[in-house]
Amino acid sequence: MTVRVFVPSDSAAVAVGADGVVDALLQEAERLGQSIQIVRNGSRGAFDLEPLLEVETEEGRIAYGPIDPSEVAGLVAAGLFRGGDHPKRLGKPEDLPFFIRQTRLTFARSGITDPQDLDDYRAHGGGEGLAKARAMGPAGVIDAITKSGLRGRGGAGFPTGIKWKTVADTPAARKYIVCNADEGDSGTFADRMIMEGDPFALIEGMTIAALAVGASKGFVYIRSEYPLAVAAMRAAVETAGGERLLGPKSDPLFDIEVRVGAGAYVCGEETSLLDSLEGKRGQVRAKPPLPAHKGLFGQPTVINNVLSFAAVPHILADGAELYAGLGHGRSRGTMPVQLAGDIKHGGLVEVPFGITLGELVDEIGGGTLSGRPVRAVQVGGPLGAYFPRRLFDTPFDYEAFAARDGLIGHGGVVVFSDGVDMAAQARFAMEFCAIESCGKCTPCRIGSVRGVEVIDKIRAGQARAENLAVLTDLCETMKYGSLCALGGFTPYPVMSAVTHFPEDFGVIERAPQPAGQEV
Amino acid sequence: MARVIEFDFGTPASKAEAQVTLTIDGQTVRVAAGTSVMRAAQERGVTIPKLCATDSMEAFGSCRLCLVEIEGRNGTPASCTTPVAEGMVVRTQTPRLKTLRKGVMELYISDHPLDCLTCAANGDCELQDTAGAVGLREVRFGYEGDNHLVATKDESNPYFTYDASKCIVCSRCVRACEEVQGTFALTITGRGFKSRVAAGQSEPFMTSECVSCGACVQACPTATLTEKSVIEIGTPEHSVVTTCAYCGVGCAFKAEMRGDELVRMVPWKDGKANRGHSCIKGRFAYGYASHRERILKPMIRERISDPWREVSWDEAIGHAASELKRVQAQHGRDSIGGITSSRCTNEETFLVQKLVRAGFGNNNVDTCARVCHSPTGYGLKTAFGTSAGTQDFDSVEHADVALIIGANPTDGHPVFASRLKKRLRQGARLIVVDPRRIDMVRTPHVTADHHLALKPGTNVAVLTAMAHVIVTEGLVDEAFVRERCELDAFQDWAEFVAEPARSPEATEAATLVPALALREAARLYATGGAAAIYYGLGVTEHSQGSTTVMAMANLAMATGNIGKLGAGVNPLRGQNNVQGACDMGSFPHELTGYRHVSDDATRAQFETAWDVHIDNEPGLRINNMLDAAVEGTFKALYIQGEDILQSDPNTTHVSAGLAAMECVIVQDLFLNETANYAHVFLPGSTFLEKDGTFTNAERRIQPVRKVMAPKNGYGDWEITQLLSNALGYPMTYGHPSEIMDEIARLTPTFAGVSFAKLDELGSVQWPCNDAAPEGTPMMHVDGFVRGRGNFVITEYVPTDEKTGPRFPLLLTTGRILSQYNVGAQTRRTDNVIWHEEDRLEIHPHDAEQRGVRDGDYVQLQSRTGAISLRAKVTDRVAPGVVYTTFHHPDTQANVVTTEYTDWATDCPEYKVTAVQVTPSNGPTLWQEQYDDLSRKSRRIAPNRPTVEAAE
Repeated sequence: MTVRVFVPSDSAAVAVGADGVVDALLQEAERLGQSIQIVRNGSRGAFDLEPLLEVETEEGRIAYGPIDPSEVAGLVAAGLFRGGDHPKRLGKPEDLPFFIRQTRLTFARSGITDPQDLDDYRAHGGGEGLAKARAMGPAGVIDAITKSGLRGRGGAGFPTGIKWKTVADTPAARKYIVCNADEGDSGTFADRMIMEGDPFALIEGMTIAALAVGASKGFVYIRSEYPLAVAAMRAAVETAGGERLLGPKSDPLFDIEVRVGAGAYVCGEETSLLDSLEGKRGQVRAKPPLPAHKGLFGQPTVINNVLSFAAVPHILADGAELYAGLGHGRSRGTMPVQLAGDIKHGGLVEVPFGITLGELVDEIGGGTLSGRPVRAVQVGGPLGAYFPRRLFDTPFDYEAFAARDGLIGHGGVVVFSDGVDMAAQARFAMEFCAIESCGKCTPCRIGSVRGVEVIDKIRAGQARAENLAVLTDLCETMKYGSLCALGGFTPYPVMSAVTHFPEDFGVIERAPQPAGQEV
Repeated sequence: MARVIEFDFGTPASKAEAQVTLTIDGQTVRVAAGTSVMRAAQERGVTIPKLCATDSMEAFGSCRLCLVEIEGRNGTPASCTTPVAEGMVVRTQTPRLKTLRKGVMELYISDHPLDCLTCAANGDCELQDTAGAVGLREVRFGYEGDNHLVATKDESNPYFTYDASKCIVCSRCVRACEEVQGTFALTITGRGFKSRVAAGQSEPFMTSECVSCGACVQACPTATLTEKSVIEIGTPEHSVVTTCAYCGVGCAFKAEMRGDELVRMVPWKDGKANRGHSCIKGRFAYGYASHRERILKPMIRERISDPWREVSWDEAIGHAASELKRVQAQHGRDSIGGITSSRCTNEETFLVQKLVRAGFGNNNVDTCARVCHSPTGYGLKTAFGTSAGTQDFDSVEHADVALIIGANPTDGHPVFASRLKKRLRQGARLIVVDPRRIDMVRTPHVTADHHLALKPGTNVAVLTAMAHVIVTEGLVDEAFVRERCELDAFQDWAEFVAEPARSPEATEAATLVPALALREAARLYATGGAAAIYYGLGVTEHSQGSTTVMAMANLAMATGNIGKLGAGVNPLRGQNNVQGACDMGSFPHELTGYRHVSDDATRAQFETAWDVHIDNEPGLRINNMLDAAVEGTFKALYIQGEDILQSDPNTTHVSAGLAAMECVIVQDLFLNETANYAHVFLPGSTFLEKDGTFTNAERRIQPVRKVMAPKNGYGDWEITQLLSNALGYPMTYGHPSEIMDEIARLTPTFAGVSFAKLDELGSVQWPCNDAAPEGTPMMHVDGFVRGRGNFVITEYVPTDEKTGPRFPLLLTTGRILSQYNVGAQTRRTDNVIWHEEDRLEIHPHDAEQRGVRDGDYVQLQSRTGAISLRAKVTDRVAPGVVYTTFHHPDTQANVVTTEYTDWATDCPEYKVTAVQVTPSNGPTLWQEQYDDLSRKSRRIAPNRPTVEAAE
């Protein structure tokens, strides 16, 4: 009897040897004359267990991990194909502690299905959202998305329903759906996991958006650093086209093109992404006009993050109320949080809003991998604020983080233990901005360079107090003066480092600490 | 006099009709919806600091100095990119805004050289002004940080420098190149702090696609892009608004002066033809006015083989007058004549024809329009009743379809081309009918929907085939035709064009235009919305030039494309004042305002005013004068500002005619080619040295203002007046305004024109009279000037100039951006760097067959003559067609052109000559002989007393 074995094709698994595991499995099976079928599923997101090998048994899928190719022969000898016992045997994956506190809606299929198998997709609920959308019609869809409380998962948190309604209400001969898959934030990988692990979900979400606003053409703009995601999306788009889910005979009439970026972080900013898609230099546009009014090629455009689109099929299939019933404050539904840095159980954690930063890092993440105390956690990518342990009671929620001069951004959480030099991190933030600035606006273009220079002076002990004042003023200029979030948010990591870790800037007297408050 | 400082509102005016009321700094402001907060504030007199915004282009939002606070909105939005909204409450000056602006300016100055005192923009620098305005007092970052202060200068362009060390990366230059000029030669390379302005692929400006229009220099708020003349001379202290003396677009400029030295020419934003834009010629090519070859003293000689002798004005005028009198006494009243100049002012042109009619006592006056747009006058007058284009240039902003035929706007009429390209980038459609793939066929972000690459000489067949499609496919605007046109004429015409022989399929063999493409182009023209025809000399300079003009008029009337915005039939006139020269009675058969000399009432009016008798028979045209000279009956000619030897067809015949005359008086800036045959040379004045008016292609009369004293001593009008007085016909004008007053008294279409009105309104378009006191932007709105529109049958008659085994190729001619006409001016400027010689464009197939490689010398032989020039192998021309420009006298392109002319107006058929091209080693015998003659005839005798040889 043929045994089904699952080895993820996700970049995170491949990076730690998943392809070698596959080779070794095939070799062992052939040697034993055992018929096996290897399914290259997506990743479930428990990265410390990758490559996570699963075998289908009568009692369900049994996981083993992390597996080195050299261990495969031993595993097979121990009865892998029957779910046999072995020190690396983890039991049923869904029972692992990492997953128990999660609510998998957007990532319901990732790691379970064969990402390129449309039948598998359908067998696991895929397509139900679109079917409902067709029945509800454009207005019904927009209403449902609005009621679900879904907000843009790229970081800005703008209500998706309102954005879609704006596009729907803007008359034009042509409208576009653009998916922002230029996932450049440090420590984030959720977009990539969707594209590699459940690409049809993204296609379905974009198709529903197209139906809602009357768009006929979509683009997925993927960063060039994601070659496997590009290949996976292209393959899935082709498959969908063959099944008339896309292309000239699709309903709604909609097609998707996959485009690859050229390595600029700022092209993750929606307006420079649009310029880049148009074949121009990726440069930020002033708003207004909003992309919803004048977006790609000057036409009304829905531009959303991968996670926003991928959340849509579930919302329509299972109801906006269910989604809206989860969450905290004005942040509804679930958020795919990505744990990275010095953390024991890094990976993708989809949880309803409201979980505290401490729970995420200490409980689900299991604290630092190094075992040293956590000193700072940067939430929301390279432009997010550094939170000290003192603020671990902050609930994961757009407004709660903003109230503490932070942001949740795209849900990246990067943990630093006590060896970190926070002045160096502040310098890094300015340097990052200097390298990635598009150069259009003055505060970002010149300010970031001056920021590095001022921090260098502070670190070198030159007129510290005066230069800290200059740095503070500069951060104000950048925050309120910059054209987009790159220059505008760079002050977050810088000033949070100065505020929470003044000793790293040579300020002996600790500034009075703002008390952690209930939010 | 002070400098004319134009107000910069920061963003373009909104064209919306709806009004919005808001509050800015406590004041109530009411502006058009869509206006930016910045502009709304400025209109109320509140200046918000800015550097990247300027009202000639769309808001960009990059400098972040114009931030404001708006009640109920987060943060500090940029006022340039934020449109006004009803009830909005804006504050432009708060403690937070002050801090932010200072912070931004501190960053700018941390990467800017502190050499204000020695900077070319000192006192004329927006960065300097803004630093002052925001109260920047220190740069706390110091100046040791990363910077661009050592960046090297690009001085490759002869007219301006690019100093990257002073660049603040506001992108105004890049946006000007894109939005205003439409060339897209500039970009920003690198990103972040490394962002720099770059020309082309990061190459010197000179080797990039830059067309040196100057828009970037004008847009630059610092000294980064600066005119070399400003670097050399300093900033101007006063300026005078005047009109460009190059092409028929008629751009308004500020002549910016320091004392009586011209510092620079800057396009004037209020200029209604150019709307603040310019091209390389008007903007930069004025150096000829002080070129060492300019002649400033009158000269005479007995024979044309003698060297010139400098004499006093009295002697020169006296000699000229006595010669004219002698010739008339000897050979009769009709043995002399005059040629007016399309380069001179209306007033000067009027005076020359008055001199001929009143002083010479005949109608032997003609003008260079004879060889360019005379068919326009004839054709449009026949169809519509007026010898001029129907629209103003602003109309192009409303065109949905543009049909360009026989014109090359990006080279010949660059500022209009930029305005057209802007409209095309907004989505208007384009049809190009031209044998050559002109730049408009494909230019950045503009691609013609149809390029009908017809065989030269088949315009009538192509346009009639378009009419065939429009009539037979039921695309005629019947309501328009019924209400506005002569129905019988229409019926006859419709029957004629509907005949199968006029169909695109039937004429394809002759025109070489694929029938399907022609049908699609015709449908687009007829059904694509407001459709405008723009045409040039490729229409008129044919044996059927007048027929082609009428064929276009037919198309426009049949589709209702007359008398409305965005439509019309629009000649792109070549010379600055060719429209005016025609208006001013320069033709032998017409008095001012196109009134025939046979009309007794008109003549009586002039006879009374001038106290002379005027002949009721037309006089001689230029070609008739030359023919008569060769025959021996025409003996003397007064030519003001035209080089007929170089510009008229069949050069050898022109030279024979001139050589046969006893007295040729040339009034010009330089010893031009015609002056080689002259006996009297009267030095002329430039457009900078006199007052007057020019009339551009849109019938717009614009002031020309004197910005310096004439270097030669007199304005051209004064010289004509001196000559007239010497001849015994008194002229006593004290100022050109008095001449215009006389024109207005004698010309119904000019009755309301005066210098005072032009000072008040800036310009007016004729007709300007009691019925239209402020002029007429668009003609034929409610009815045609002639009553009902007239359809004329346009039978295609192939030219007699035919290809055959000996002359298998067709030559057509044109011009290039950097050079102007015969090049008398532009060749005496640094513009020669762009085009130092005329080249023969030949298709690779034809070149290959003849063993011609790119850059080889070839002989170009026609039935008329032969010249040599170098070849440029290019597929811009179709196989079987060759093309050259005629800017350089040593090329003598008109040696090969024929004497065939338009049947109605004698306009020469420059655009079709059967030729053969063969490899060659160098100049032809004619060119060598002519060069020799030309050198000899330009000798000027040393002007000093003969010194006895010392022992």
